Amino acid sequence: MVTFLGINLFGLFGQLLVGLINGSFYALLSLGLAIIFGLLKIINFAQGAMYMLGAFAAWLALSYFGINYWAALVVVPLAVGFVGILMERFLVRPIANEDHLYSLLLTFGVALILQGLFTHLYGSSGLPYSIPEALSGGTKLPFMYLPDYRLWIICASVVVCGLTWWMIEKTKLGAYLRAGTENPHLMQAFGINVPLIVTLTFGFGVALAGLAGVMAAPIYSVSPDMGSNLLIVVFAIVVIGGMGSIGGAILTGLGMGVIEGLTKYFYPEASNTVIFLVMVIVLLVKPAGLFGKEA
Amino acid sequence: MRMIKKTLLAASVAAFASSAALANVSDGKVKIGVLADMGGVYADICGEGCVTAINMAVEDFGGSVLGAPIEVISADDQLKPDVGSAIVRKWIENEQVDAVGGLVSSAVVGAATKVTTEAKKIALISTAASNAFTTKQCSPYNVHWTYNVVALANGTVKPMVEAGKKKWFFITADYAFGHALEGVATKVIKENGGEVMGAARAPLGTTDFSSYILQAQSSGADVVALANAGTDTVNALKAASEFGLTQMVDVAGLLVFTPNAQAMDPNTAGGMRTTTGFYWDYDDQTREWSKRFKERHGAIPAMGHAGAYSMTMHYLKAIEAAGTDDSDAVIKKMKEMKPDDFFARNATLRSDGRMVHDMYYVEITKPEERSSSDDIFKVVSVIPGDQAFAPVLPECDFK
Repeated sequence: MVTFLGINLFGLFGQLLVGLINGSFYALLSLGLAIIFGLLKIINFAQGAMYMLGAFAAWLALSYFGINYWAALVVVPLAVGFVGILMERFLVRPIANEDHLYSLLLTFGVALILQGLFTHLYGSSGLPYSIPEALSGGTKLPFMYLPDYRLWIICASVVVCGLTWWMIEKTKLGAYLRAGTENPHLMQAFGINVPLIVTLTFGFGVALAGLAGVMAAPIYSVSPDMGSNLLIVVFAIVVIGGMGSIGGAILTGLGMGVIEGLTKYFYPEASNTVIFLVMVIVLLVKPAGLFGKEA
Repeated sequence: MRMIKKTLLAASVAAFASSAALANVSDGKVKIGVLADMGGVYADICGEGCVTAINMAVEDFGGSVLGAPIEVISADDQLKPDVGSAIVRKWIENEQVDAVGGLVSSAVVGAATKVTTEAKKIALISTAASNAFTTKQCSPYNVHWTYNVVALANGTVKPMVEAGKKKWFFITADYAFGHALEGVATKVIKENGGEVMGAARAPLGTTDFSSYILQAQSSGADVVALANAGTDTVNALKAASEFGLTQMVDVAGLLVFTPNAQAMDPNTAGGMRTTTGFYWDYDDQTREWSKRFKERHGAIPAMGHAGAYSMTMHYLKAIEAAGTDDSDAVIKKMKEMKPDDFFARNATLRSDGRMVHDMYYVEITKPEERSSSDDIFKVVSVIPGDQAFAPVLPECDFK
């Protein structure tokens, strides 16, 4: 056993890697939330429920339509994104001009209704979903056994996060989007359909949660409360990263995963508190968040 | 004319008899309040299902006792001790509830039984795991039916230690229930010559258990015990299988309810052993009742459901035998009479309120062994009650 200052280094490496894997999950979830908040100024409390919806949709697709995991990775985010589009068009838009608090309460209500509905339909215990055959193996590293599926999560998450960041920050479409939400009247005068852009952006942010849900189904329990457990953590990550900062959400997601992993190694009892501790410190020192612009 | 006279006489005698009986039933009816988790993580274990089971018991009993109707009311404790105890207080003070059934989360039950004991009402605890209700928090009015943490530890841990699995590591839910389970299991391990290599305390509702699995892997243990419940167990087992732990060592789920076992992937959960107070497919009697339950509830019964039915039946029989619904007289009768039905085998209700009965050491079926999605356990052995439960403590010996 390799040790340094009394710490089992192999154990530590293992925890760091596991932290990075969780971090990539957090990054994916907080990215969707950051897009919806950063661009649309809507605090979407239903994001956790959409993640849950994604996992359930993957299960339903497999059980009733024989759609396997790989197809579900494409189909489910589209379906969940469509739910998001409907939600934006018929629920969120009518109160778009009200205070942020209204959309927060509305989306929170939607989340509770969805969670209650799925508990009623499928019970609270969860449903089984297996890891796809191709990814069920693993690699033996010197310090730990790395399951292929976790490796896949890191890669997929980095690619999706990178592409999304590039699309919003570097492309013409992204520029329209940012301008349209910054000054909708001006953009509309230029002939850009701003309400459509808003709806699609909301749908895209929600679809990311759906995608995370599909990716979570094989490794976490597919149960109605899976989203509400995660949502608060993800919100804290977005706040730490700076509300609305896309890159900030991604980097903070990864970073917080690692910090949580280290806490689990040194003092597991604090593992579900440490992120909030970081949040409090960040808010005190830099209220706009690590990557946020000062208001 | 004579005929009419005779009928009138008979009627008035019957009316007199029933009013005499009614006089012994407070408020003219027997009312059972079912406190359970209707929408939270334990909803499948004892929520609407417990209400259904208790209603079935009342119907099977005939709907009335000593001529008085039996009424069942229910409420959601939201898994919060303060909410639960406030509901029970309201039931007793304003709604003349005679006994409280259901009772899932150990934290809620701890608060609720304080109220029932104060008011001298009977608590019919069906699904809570903690052994405190017949030890540290024991009360002459507590009846604890289905199982407890001691029975789980004796049932699952003991045979494994005896079979040579000496080194244990715990992944424990970081609250009262998990600590209690880890504590009693540790005692069993040490008494039988085993040792505990370590424990990771995971907060309740942890999604990702991979860190704890890595710790378990590097601990050098032969067995990793999951001292948790519900989705925590499911998530922990998923991670254990993914990180190859299940291939290296044995994983023991100390508390696995049937709905949770159904939520597990049979490829990974198959072969894992655990202890339960009831299994629906044990014999004809259990199958007959479980079939009726499934028709009403839509899913096979978890052990708490069957326990709730069995103890409600026993409670009603005791009222009938005692000729009154007075708590002191009824609890005395409950402890005198031997519970005996599809659920309670070789059973006695002890003076401390602990119902001691046969427990079952079961194995989760492998995919090829399953004939249907309900076919989730196979019984490995029956554990006699006196080997499963701890003896009565002198301070809890309520004669």
